[in-house]
Amino acid sequence: MAKALLVNLDKCTGCRSCELACSFKHHGEFNPSKSNIQVSIFTENAFYVPMVCTQCDKPFCGEVCPTGAIYAAETNGAYVVLVDKEKCVGCKMCTLACPFGAITYQSNGCVQKCNLCEGNPECVTFCIPGALEFKDWELRTARKSRTYAEKIYHQKEAD
Amino acid sequence: MNGWVGKILRVDLSKNRVSVEDLREEAAHDYIGGRGLGIKYLYDEIDPKVDPFSRENKLMLVTGPLTGTNALAGGRYTAVTKSPLTGAIANSNSGGYFGAELKYAGYDMIILEGKAKAPVYLWIENDSIEIRSAKHLWGKDSHQTTELIAAEADEDAKVACIGPAGENLVKFANIMNDNGRAAGRSGVGAVMGSKNLKAVAVRGTNGVTVADPEGFREAVLAAIKEFHDPYMSQVIGNYGTSDVVEFSNEVGLLPTRNFQTGVFEGASKIGGSVIAKYNLRGATKTKACFGCPLGCGRVTRVPDGEFKGEGEGPEYETLGSLGSVCGVENPEAVMKANYICNRMGMDTISAGVTIGCAMELFEKGYLPEKDVGMSLKFGDGQAMVHLLENAARRKGFGDVIAEGSYRLAERYGHPELSMTAKKLEFPNYDPRGGQGFALAYATQNRGGCHIRNEVHCVEFFGISLMGIIETGGSLDRFTTKGKPEVTKRFQDFYCMIDSSGICNFIIIGMPDHNVFINLMEKGTGLTFGGLGGFLNTGERIFNLERLFNLKAGLTSKDDTLPWRMLEEPMPEGPGKGHVVRLNEMLPEYYKLRGWTVKGVPTGRKLAELGISTKL
Repeated sequence: MAKALLVNLDKCTGCRSCELACSFKHHGEFNPSKSNIQVSIFTENAFYVPMVCTQCDKPFCGEVCPTGAIYAAETNGAYVVLVDKEKCVGCKMCTLACPFGAITYQSNGCVQKCNLCEGNPECVTFCIPGALEFKDWELRTARKSRTYAEKIYHQKEAD
Repeated sequence: MNGWVGKILRVDLSKNRVSVEDLREEAAHDYIGGRGLGIKYLYDEIDPKVDPFSRENKLMLVTGPLTGTNALAGGRYTAVTKSPLTGAIANSNSGGYFGAELKYAGYDMIILEGKAKAPVYLWIENDSIEIRSAKHLWGKDSHQTTELIAAEADEDAKVACIGPAGENLVKFANIMNDNGRAAGRSGVGAVMGSKNLKAVAVRGTNGVTVADPEGFREAVLAAIKEFHDPYMSQVIGNYGTSDVVEFSNEVGLLPTRNFQTGVFEGASKIGGSVIAKYNLRGATKTKACFGCPLGCGRVTRVPDGEFKGEGEGPEYETLGSLGSVCGVENPEAVMKANYICNRMGMDTISAGVTIGCAMELFEKGYLPEKDVGMSLKFGDGQAMVHLLENAARRKGFGDVIAEGSYRLAERYGHPELSMTAKKLEFPNYDPRGGQGFALAYATQNRGGCHIRNEVHCVEFFGISLMGIIETGGSLDRFTTKGKPEVTKRFQDFYCMIDSSGICNFIIIGMPDHNVFINLMEKGTGLTFGGLGGFLNTGERIFNLERLFNLKAGLTSKDDTLPWRMLEEPMPEGPGKGHVVRLNEMLPEYYKLRGWTVKGVPTGRKLAELGISTKL
């Protein structure tokens, strides 16, 4: 089993506290534009989506990196993709390759991405609705199936 | 500076000129931000006697030192100006994301002066500021305006704008931001409209720092722990404020048919569990403002029928004003009215209470049918919706509604039927249901208002006193004893909440005020010297607003309530037989405030508060 940063879309309220926690932890200031997690807000549909690095098994960012600065590691029982700041030359190819926009250039000569806060993600600590969890992902395998199953159940009951 | 970002953006719309100046540090220390900093700058810069619609009036959009931080719901900004509805100070705050974005662009506040020759909007992208033509936006509703600006300025721009109501100088027009959030009260949107300013759009990528980062982080974690107040997090967290409808009705103070009674037979039809059925993505799916752990917002949709529509809300105040106050028990009519108000940019409270007043005038035969152009009886949701649309465009009888309840009732010879204090329409708690908040309505600087002093939350919702007064528990709502003291302290404390940048829903959900003081101190680096010093700063803000009002021409005669509240006993329900006993409380209140019997702050009081100005 392995821990991962898990997102439950049903619980997200669009408050963006995760963006604040992330930027404060890594930059010492509250600044969503420096956060590794970004919440997309679709108010008209009451739909809020936190987007953050999924820590790919075969990371696109790593594949295109010309200096081999991006590498896989383990942190507090979780698989994580990290950036070696010494090797990064700031070419930004990884920011183009990542389909999720989860790795960004931050005008300090280096790219940045979620490092799971060395195994204790700050965004999880400050996510009060509980939309973000840092857990063994296998514990949540059944969640989505169950959510849909509940819909079928309620539909049947209504019929 | 920490907390504050230290800059003010000044925009002279007459001269088409923008400038950036340093925030006056002593003003920030003494008046904090939001409501407090707003009155400080307004008082220093305008003559309170100015016509609110003249180019001499200024409109300030002010954040607080905690806006943009994660100090729980720290996304507020406050619109401060002289109100066209009341002639008194206006300070309306709003959540959403706009306030925080303004801070990230690098400004604590925007001061809007003069009047543009033609419709414009302001586009702020960090230090790049443009005054752009808004001719193509004039007449568009708040949702359309937000969408069009996002398309032409930046898709991530946060937009605060007026709808057609603000353009047409509807006296209770609001400023809408992020589509569904409102700086609602006192007609701040009409002032914006009078300046030919359609919108302010902002995008910022700078940071906000705090004085003691580690201490601040601990203070936020402590606040999260304290926040789990059973009322705020469980009741409001479930269905949002709409759940208050049935509760207010049970305790007999849900204003019904223009406050003729506090019991509404249709309350269960417009209660939280009914509205929840229209909630998108599940009955309890919440919508939170920036950084908010509570998420009292809801997004709803009426899928079909004559009241088809969608948007944020309705919240409790709307369900009261556009529901029970107008005797309307069709939830879809109330929701449609809510959507119209949000799109047109009108305060749902003032809009509903004004129409409720018109309905009573009509039913009593004071308002002839030929003037309205139709029948206008209580309970008529269609007429209500029709009038709202016309009010926003000032069409037909809507032109009279657009003037607010007081001017409407006066025009038809019965000003006593206007449910207002200082011409600001009452929110949805009948003052006869609790003496403390009745006194608060009468003495609020901006007029009849519930969120500048939530004594009502203590008097009948069982919410904690946050330890700001020693009473040993709850308050008997029908007694006047001790209420002047509670009211004064709450008012001063709320000056601090409204100036901080945090939403008051968060603070009232906490049993201990020290959590809030700690956040403020760790954020700004100021030391208040405990509750006493903290309240002292709040009292300074309150008194400066009072001075503004007195200079504007208001007197102690305006610290009152309509005849109905003082003389006509509540006819039924748990509050039956009660009237507001204002004369038992007002003299003591003035005395506690250090004001003369005429309600004027004494020289000694002003000196004690460090206010160096004279009337």
